[in-house]
Amino acid sequence: MLDLRLYMAQRLSALVMAPLVLGHIAVMIYAIQGGLSTAEILGRTQGSLLWFLFYGTFVIAVSIHAAIGVRVIAHEWLRLRGVALSVLTWGICAALLALGLSAVFAVTLP
Amino acid sequence: MSTDHDMLDVTVQRGTADHVHHDRFQVPARDNQTVLDVVTWIQQMADPTLSYRFACRVGMCGSCAMMVNGVPRWTCRTHVSRVAGDGRLDIAPLRNLPVIKDLATDMDPFFGKWVAAEARHHPTRGRLEEFDPIKPDAPDRAEANLGIECINCGICYAACDTVAGNPDYLGPAALQRAWTLLNDSRDADRPGILAAVSGKGGCHNCHSMGSCAQYCPNGLNPMRAIAGLKRETVKAALRGKRDA
Repeated sequence: MLDLRLYMAQRLSALVMAPLVLGHIAVMIYAIQGGLSTAEILGRTQGSLLWFLFYGTFVIAVSIHAAIGVRVIAHEWLRLRGVALSVLTWGICAALLALGLSAVFAVTLP
Repeated sequence: MSTDHDMLDVTVQRGTADHVHHDRFQVPARDNQTVLDVVTWIQQMADPTLSYRFACRVGMCGSCAMMVNGVPRWTCRTHVSRVAGDGRLDIAPLRNLPVIKDLATDMDPFFGKWVAAEARHHPTRGRLEEFDPIKPDAPDRAEANLGIECINCGICYAACDTVAGNPDYLGPAALQRAWTLLNDSRDADRPGILAAVSGKGGCHNCHSMGSCAQYCPNGLNPMRAIAGLKRETVKAALRGKRDA
């Protein structure tokens, strides 16, 4: 169940995610190529505003995008509607935000 | 289970939504026989209580649409030889609509959604004023022309899996008509149409699966129209011409 606002939120979050996904994959490949250790990775990310903004933005975009996507599936396949559907949407958004941002803070806070 | 080439083995869904059952009939096979001929034979020769709907029999009125072997079709324009190679036919009322009885569906929700989509003409001029000149090759006219041959048969609505999953969804036919009006320079309520197709059952629910375009007997492409509506509603919202 999508109105214009949710549709635009999902499309715009996808627009934000697209380059970040590519960047994330590139980072993953780079990090395992030379066998970077945990300490080496944290040494680069902790205190880095760039990595904080990169993954912070990524987490926010993913939380919005995924919550709306699951909302549509839950409505069409599980027949959820009304308050239950809103609770599910906001619940997924909040859970992804909490998990994602805690990870971002853990690796980027100095 | 007919193996006799002279007879068709026809299963027909009967009853109302509360009491659905299936009856089987053996119907003589004929050359150049349509599915509507088969249904008519059953009612005339086997069971006069069978309810179904038809009018023109030549693919103009759009009233005889049914599910034939699981696919929505105009029964008057569907030859048995094209869909029942093995001599078997499974005929049911149109999907996604309430059944009144047997093969007759209640089209009220379908037409109600045309109204909800503002898929009706909003005049710009009165009857005493001059006609608005329409150039046939103008881009908006060409876009509107792609959708104006719709005869409201409901086949795209029955084919649409988004309608099946989301009963509030306005559906391909109503949205396509809204799109033709949006491209019609004689229509006065562009903001009204954009607002009507932007609600919770609006065009943004379409997953672009394309069943509407695949099964439309007139070869129309409502999916293209809905993509156009998505584009125009987003443009209008970005311009701030209406509340998102």
